[in-house]
Amino acid sequence: MTTTFVELDAITADKVIDARGAACPGPLLEAKKGMGSVPVGSVIEIWSTDPVTKTDIGAWSAKVGHEFLGSVAADGYDRVLVRRGK
Amino acid sequence: MTDGLSMVLFSGTTDKLHAAATIVAGAAAMGRPVNVLLQYWALDAFRADRIDSDHGLAFDAMTPGSSRPVAGAADIPWLETFRMAKELGDVTIQACSGSLETLGFKADRLDALVDGPCGIATFLSAAEGGQILFI
Repeated sequence: MTTTFVELDAITADKVIDARGAACPGPLLEAKKGMGSVPVGSVIEIWSTDPVTKTDIGAWSAKVGHEFLGSVAADGYDRVLVRRGK
Repeated sequence: MTDGLSMVLFSGTTDKLHAAATIVAGAAAMGRPVNVLLQYWALDAFRADRIDSDHGLAFDAMTPGSSRPVAGAADIPWLETFRMAKELGDVTIQACSGSLETLGFKADRLDALVDGPCGIATFLSAAEGGQILFI
């Protein structure tokens, strides 16, 4: 099931990681670091100005076992949401 | 270690060190064990007394009309990327003992990011069954 924009926008993340201004692989590394600090089932939200972050975080989530929820475009950056899977 | 990534890092210019660090950090974040062997100019770049220096750009940058790093070569965050990779994942960085001999210094002159000296057979044994990149 695909999460819709409205559903995604209604999710309150347990942790927000502001990686705006960082180039690849910065946001990915920040996401990996941040994920280690929340319990399984929690949602983290990565803010990134790098347009590839949303697809990269999706690939990373699929590989390591997290649930990629999607991304929401904000003012000049993307909010990328992921639920910790393990 | 079929999921592992092994890399021979030979080059010591900032751009190549950063390209290598990006791949290493990405693989580490994705849960793959990474095994890096430093040779020659990469080894020299990891010397504790010059690791923070400006390591310049590859010859490609000499081409007339080539692009330039926006913030300058000295600000390319290659070292920070390697540090984060080691912090976040299973990353081993070793010094080729043959290159140490050729360049005339011991492993104790290397930055603490380097785990120690390593022989080629040990590196290749660890790399067996996985990919090896040469940069």
